[in-house]
Amino acid sequence: MTTLAPSADADPDASPWTPVCAVADLQPERGVAALVDGRQVALFRLFDGSVHAVGHRDPFSAAYVIARGIVGTRGEVPTVASPMYKQVFDLRTGVCLDAPDDAAVRLPVHAVRLREGLVEVGPPLASR
Amino acid sequence: MTFADCRQLVVVGGGMVAHRLVEALVDRGAVAEGGWQVTVLAEEPRAPYDRVALTSYFSGRDPDDLSLGQPGLWDTPGVQLRRGEAVTAIDRDARRVTTSAGREVGYDALVLATGSSAFVPPVGGRDLSGCFVYRTVDDVAALRQFVADAAARLQGRRTPRRVVGAVVGGGLLGLEAAGALTALGVDTHVVEFAPRLMPLQVDEGGGEALARLVGALGVQVHAGTATARLTAGRDGRVARMHAAEGSAAGLDHLDVDVVVFAAGVRPRDELARACGLAVGPRGGIAVDTTCRTEDPAIWAVGEVASVAGRTYGLVAPGYTMAEIVADRLLGGAAEFPDPDLSTKLKLLGVDVASFGDAFGTAPGALSVVYGDPVAGVYKKLVLSDDARTLLGGILVGDAGAYAALRPMVGRELGGDPAAWLLPEGAEGGPVTAGLPDDAAVCSCNNVSAGAIRDAVRCDGCTDLGAVKACTRAGTSCGSCLPLVKKLVGTELEAAGVAVSTALCEHFDVSRAQLFDIVRVTGISSFSELVDRYGRGRGCDICKPVVASVLASLDGRHVLDGERATLQDTNDHVMANIQKDGTYSVVPRIPGGEVTPEGLIAIGEVARDFGLYTKITGGQRIDLFGARVELLPAIWQRLVDAGFESGHAYGKALRTVKSCVGSTWCRYGVQDSVALAVALELRYRGLRSPHKIKLGVSGCARECAEARGKDVGVIATDKGWNLYVGGNGGFTPRHARLLAEDLDTATLVRTIDRFLVYYVRTADRLQRTAPWLEEIEGGLDHVRAVVLDDSLGIAADLDAAMAAHVEGYTDEWRATLEDPEKLRRFASFVNAPDSPDPSLAYVVERGQPRPMTADERADDATGRSGAVLVAGPRLEVLHP
Repeated sequence: MTTLAPSADADPDASPWTPVCAVADLQPERGVAALVDGRQVALFRLFDGSVHAVGHRDPFSAAYVIARGIVGTRGEVPTVASPMYKQVFDLRTGVCLDAPDDAAVRLPVHAVRLREGLVEVGPPLASR
Repeated sequence: MTFADCRQLVVVGGGMVAHRLVEALVDRGAVAEGGWQVTVLAEEPRAPYDRVALTSYFSGRDPDDLSLGQPGLWDTPGVQLRRGEAVTAIDRDARRVTTSAGREVGYDALVLATGSSAFVPPVGGRDLSGCFVYRTVDDVAALRQFVADAAARLQGRRTPRRVVGAVVGGGLLGLEAAGALTALGVDTHVVEFAPRLMPLQVDEGGGEALARLVGALGVQVHAGTATARLTAGRDGRVARMHAAEGSAAGLDHLDVDVVVFAAGVRPRDELARACGLAVGPRGGIAVDTTCRTEDPAIWAVGEVASVAGRTYGLVAPGYTMAEIVADRLLGGAAEFPDPDLSTKLKLLGVDVASFGDAFGTAPGALSVVYGDPVAGVYKKLVLSDDARTLLGGILVGDAGAYAALRPMVGRELGGDPAAWLLPEGAEGGPVTAGLPDDAAVCSCNNVSAGAIRDAVRCDGCTDLGAVKACTRAGTSCGSCLPLVKKLVGTELEAAGVAVSTALCEHFDVSRAQLFDIVRVTGISSFSELVDRYGRGRGCDICKPVVASVLASLDGRHVLDGERATLQDTNDHVMANIQKDGTYSVVPRIPGGEVTPEGLIAIGEVARDFGLYTKITGGQRIDLFGARVELLPAIWQRLVDAGFESGHAYGKALRTVKSCVGSTWCRYGVQDSVALAVALELRYRGLRSPHKIKLGVSGCARECAEARGKDVGVIATDKGWNLYVGGNGGFTPRHARLLAEDLDTATLVRTIDRFLVYYVRTADRLQRTAPWLEEIEGGLDHVRAVVLDDSLGIAADLDAAMAAHVEGYTDEWRATLEDPEKLRRFASFVNAPDSPDPSLAYVVERGQPRPMTADERADDATGRSGAVLVAGPRLEVLHP
């Protein structure tokens, strides 16, 4: 598997951003999967127009399915529920809201930016 | 299994009371190393069953439905049930019993629970063919067979007529038997020696009301009549019942085809007599109030026990005795209290209840009586001399107030007692809150109002089912369930525990309420619905519910516009997700009928796409391992071969399973396949609160296992019997009879209404069995709605189903015709046809299966011969 630099700063020669699709390709509140530098990423466009990217791999089943979950909210938090065993994740932080203290079941979060109508995904952000 | 250092308890008899005794000992942890080891010797060839519900066996239930308590009791280590092995002798000196199998079993304690046998009065001809008693499953089965044979014989005569039967005895058991005969289509007479029916439970007024009600059901009552003898016809079977001279109604004789003796029971105390134990004045093994006989190692419980000179023919006192003996065996000090002889029964569909001092024998007792001869209702309350305290009562024709009144015996009723007797209004409200904690609510299992409240307050039970499991309240005769349900509701409300029917944090209403909102407002999008009636942006609970409700009401495609965002992944890609993130595909095979060409087409698709194939329980074929981006290509092939979506992925109609039916089967009486195909094509695509399964069997052998389905249809020689509320799964249920001998048109209309009513009113993920249990009024209510239009909504239900049938389209075909919808089936938005690189398979028994985690680990280190799969075609390599 390709090894990615831990952050964009560490590898200034290559662009850290990968354009993956048009914003218009994303239906609000329905995810899609994308291949970004050999990694599987789940992309979501929310009702408010914001776009989020998290790891596509479901840590509970080890299957790559997160993009196929139902998008919603828990309180103010935008969420996706894994379609396999229904654990719910915070789309902004990747934290599993059913096990918020367990780092092993946290989804990696990728930076996302919108440029000229395209969605561009960056490498995974270091978890805070 | 044998425990070391155990005392041996031998229980003679395998009835309901024996069952309760063992249950009590197991519950209290007495069956264990250093405690007791239990052997139950049962004469009948089956585990203890619910004898009280025996008559329901006639309305189509099978003996398994009569099973008692939690399954698995008889598998408890240290408990042994020997069926079909009666005890023939007791050697008290050696503390040993001998069994019919010639076995000798030693005991430290012996409990006699041999029950009673039917009493057959000493009349001539009582042993003739066609004479029965009414006591065991075998009695009932033999009676049923005899009546079926007689009916066939009489129908075949030149002048066909119905079977005529007489029941000797007009008490509890006699009316039960009369109900059973009537259910079998027999013209039934009841012959009672006393001047009224149920002389032990009801007074003259109650007896009259009862006779009127029973008479209106076509049962002829001959009270004050003694049976003199029975004589046979030329074929040797019983043919005539002669009344004794001087009988009240002047009856001389009845010409009959079958006779059932239900004139009471006699304790089976022979074993005790033979080993020299004392018996009571009217039979039964003499025991003290601890249920111990004069031999300290021997106890007697149930109908065979004569406690302080009296025997009891009801199950509740028997259960009490079982609990006492369990307690005493553990060194406790329980004693037999004044027993509660309250009774509530539905006999021939007529409610009869009798409780407390029903006859007003207490000094100065007053009676308040309400009678409505037209409606056939008689109610009497017996009150103390100051007219304040309830002493007892009799309710005939309408026993709705029984559950609330019985626990009040011995207490002040408050207000005007007469208010309890008027129609309606008597059931419960104020009483539930005011019911003292020590008031017995369930008399069968001796559960107090306090115990039920504790189950909610302390044990965390949050619904009726949990309370039933925790306290056993309402698990025997069930007559107290309305009151238990009210108590649980009141307690939950008081505790602030969610009696909430809120769907989730986004909607405060239940699924049924949401359904009504959408139906009435005509709202057709989630966004509008959540804006107006909810909050937030929904979740994986409410979104699929709204999707299902919208689908039920307007039938638009599941992937239309915003609808697509509401669907669970299964509905979104119209396939079933599997553990590795691939999907399985199930084409519809209506009724399980498939042509050779169809089979070949499915086989070719599976072969060409490298799919694992398995036959499902619903008589179709499941194709596993389909990656999301291949689903359209797979379905194009299937649709071209004439298949359509099987909705295996949806909360929707799944399958209508059938047996081969009269077309091929030598036993079949109707064409079950044709009906199953018609039903499956009618209901395909119907979205519902949970999956729905149907079954159709072509005869009573029930090879389609229709009674394990939400809707089961079983052919009869006159039409179809319709059962509802069955399921397999975690809590298996047998479907219950909704209607009998329907013609096909009526059957279909009835199923239409049942399904639409279920779709509209059930909770989220609630299958038909719990729905029937939860809905107010239960099965009777649903029957009234779908058969008698009791709510006046039948036309609406019919129209809803007609709209569904009219509007059905195959959603896979529609998807293939719409490029916009097909875009959803991309593996990656930036690489639509690339397979998920993480998928890996190995071949097992000639087919692919996902690699296990261990195999993946081996694979990574290059030690396995497994194959990674990439193309649409699996390269099958044998490792």
